[in-house]
Amino acid sequence: MCLAIPGKIVEMDPYDQMPFIQTALVEVSSVRRRINIELIKDEEPKPGDWVLIHVGFALAKISEREAQDQLRILSMLGEDKQAMEELQGYSMEEEKKT
Amino acid sequence: MKLEQCIELAHGAGGKSSRRLIEQVILAECRNPLLEPLADAAIIEWDKTRYALTTDSYVVSPLAFPGGSIGELAVNGTVNDLAVSGAKPLVILSSWILEAGLSMEVFQREVKAMARAAKAASVIIAGGDTKVVEHGKGDGLYITTTGYGLVEPGVNLGPHRVEVGDKILLSGPIGDHGITVLLARGEIELEATLKTDSRPLWPMIEPMIRLEPSAIKWMRDPTRGGLASVLNELAHDIGFGVMIEEELIPIRQEVRGACEILGLDPLHIASEGQFVAVVDQKKAVDFQKLLNDIPGGEEARIIGVISDKPSGKVVTLSAYGGSRMVDMLVGDPLPRIC
Amino acid sequence: MQYVDEFRDSRLIKKTIETIQQLADPTVHYRIMEVCGGHTFSIYRFGLHALIPSNVELIHGPGCPVCVLPMGRIDEGLRIAEDPKVILTAFGDMMRVPGQTGSPLVLKAKGRDIRMVYSPLDSLKLAKEHPKKEVVFFAIGFETTAPATALTLLKAQEWGIKNFSVFCNHVLILPAIRAILDSPDLRLDGFIGPGHVSTVIGCRPYAFVAQNYKKPIVISGFEPLDILESILRILRQLKEKKSEVENQYGRVVPWEGNRTALKLLERVFELRSYFEWRGLGFIAQSALKIKKEFSYWDAELRFGTQGITLTDPKAAQCGEVLKGVLKPYQCKLFGRSCNPEHPVGALMVSSEGACAAYFHHVYQKTEL
Repeated sequence: MCLAIPGKIVEMDPYDQMPFIQTALVEVSSVRRRINIELIKDEEPKPGDWVLIHVGFALAKISEREAQDQLRILSMLGEDKQAMEELQGYSMEEEKKT
Repeated sequence: MKLEQCIELAHGAGGKSSRRLIEQVILAECRNPLLEPLADAAIIEWDKTRYALTTDSYVVSPLAFPGGSIGELAVNGTVNDLAVSGAKPLVILSSWILEAGLSMEVFQREVKAMARAAKAASVIIAGGDTKVVEHGKGDGLYITTTGYGLVEPGVNLGPHRVEVGDKILLSGPIGDHGITVLLARGEIELEATLKTDSRPLWPMIEPMIRLEPSAIKWMRDPTRGGLASVLNELAHDIGFGVMIEEELIPIRQEVRGACEILGLDPLHIASEGQFVAVVDQKKAVDFQKLLNDIPGGEEARIIGVISDKPSGKVVTLSAYGGSRMVDMLVGDPLPRIC
Repeated sequence: MQYVDEFRDSRLIKKTIETIQQLADPTVHYRIMEVCGGHTFSIYRFGLHALIPSNVELIHGPGCPVCVLPMGRIDEGLRIAEDPKVILTAFGDMMRVPGQTGSPLVLKAKGRDIRMVYSPLDSLKLAKEHPKKEVVFFAIGFETTAPATALTLLKAQEWGIKNFSVFCNHVLILPAIRAILDSPDLRLDGFIGPGHVSTVIGCRPYAFVAQNYKKPIVISGFEPLDILESILRILRQLKEKKSEVENQYGRVVPWEGNRTALKLLERVFELRSYFEWRGLGFIAQSALKIKKEFSYWDAELRFGTQGITLTDPKAAQCGEVLKGVLKPYQCKLFGRSCNPEHPVGALMVSSEGACAAYFHHVYQKTEL
């Protein structure tokens, strides 16, 4: 639910010193805040990555490819029957195949 | 709506609660023709000349923040209330309430800031008062300033002058001051290169008056409560609708970013160096061009129009046709996570 | 790409709306529920409700974690702040929510030490800085926010911070959705699914909605384009008589969810056997409580709970609005004795509350 916003990782903080929490400096529209990245450590975040931020934590990495795909398909709406068919592609059945 | 039993912080936020307090207590007890307009200054006519008189208190924490401090605010805030009433600011009186234990260096610093700001605004600090309260009772320093100015001939401002079709002109980006102070409190740990926009407005307003005083119908400076509050007061007073276009409102990147992160609406955030004016549609573009050529007015924009409906409300339109009402703040803007 | 403006693009929004208009069968009255309060807020903030065809009705669901807390639970938390040694910390969303003797903001004005925090870790930091005080964090939120609380408890344990505890009110979205589906008062055609909760729990858990209840559910982002695209997808499914789980918010939501976050939840929390939800009554296994290993930091054990139960005033119809049976303006108190300055229930002051969304943003009776 809730307010979660996209931000870009600008700098990773060193982990090898007190207080031993993994954080990164994240920027949202020229404003920066230290965000805890422990919840997405498996995705190996690095500077330049975009992440979704909620209550001071990064919850997920944002996929530029998926975002571009979505925008591309929507821009073809009305112009191309193929676009509508492509729009049908994101259901659970499809996911099982990939 | 009934008045609360106790004074609450919301009463000082510049929104609905503040308005109710003023209407149901102050106006109710002191009603008279000078007070009734509840404008930024009282206009007194004496021997065919009009004078503007205004007073304001400054209770900001922290006392100093990027770009300024309480001293500047105390001068600029009051000269601006005169300026948006169409009056050239002349004289200021200042009352200082000092908390015992306040560092003398801080007090000196703030008085210096006031002197500097007064010089920049071409006003004289002609008198005042100081009081000291016990430690723990004052947030360090409270300043009240009273300002006195001369209303330019030809100026006639007020809700009664506003007509459907008039344009709404904003002098520049909103929200800088409010976010700067919020970040300066240090509770939120956001980094941004923002500073207060506190500055005297007469250098921008005077040329507009010289150009065509009768084409300016109403002016306010969107301080506590933000643009939303002053526009709502306008809509309420004129009974027409105030339509603004979201994309046209100038807002700095950093203010947008901080508002996004905290879930705040920039329309509710205070500015200390901007004004909004309702002007005759025939002169709107000329006024905007005039401001754009003045240093500090480069981002002035026509942001909306007075419409016949919806009566008494402020509505903002987006480029894709969506619209929503812009409500007045209830109390202080609160960050949200949900 | 900045991931905000692109999803507010006028041209794309207009195209999506046109496609929705083509897809919507004019002889059908569609009832689509947006579960999440964040979607309710976006819909009214961006004026989307007025842009879709009038036969596509959006019903507001109970996905507002503050709104669904019964008043008694709020009072329970505020009672803890009565102790002068306590600093009660909470998100901004909580500050105006009315308890019986006042909201946190009102009580703060009367002298109680209640402070707003942006993150639960800020609360832990406060505990480190004030060793002589007891810092209590009033935790609210669905699965989106629970991992943050979980990590904070883990750190409290790791760093041995004794003067910190959590008053846990995390609730789960799936039991709420199930309760809505089982409710005889509602007839719904599809769901706009909660986007941010799903970054944690993934999309698979919603299978029961599509398979057992045969309703389309589209997990949606929060920008105008996201919500409109989700409505489009639901209409398309309905037209083709399908009922599937779709992930519209693919740029952010992984199908499998966030494994690290889920493991963390399992480590720190367990399910309460039941929990009372405003409007939905007692629901089994619908809320989280702190596990034994971390019980030292459980505010309910440290301060003791009184089990305060308070019923909403009779005239208030918070429950029905939360379930989507009534629209906010249909509640007899809306705009009269219940308004943002004097709210009767949380829906009027929570940023995700349906009543607040209407009150602040809707201005035309024709839209209602």
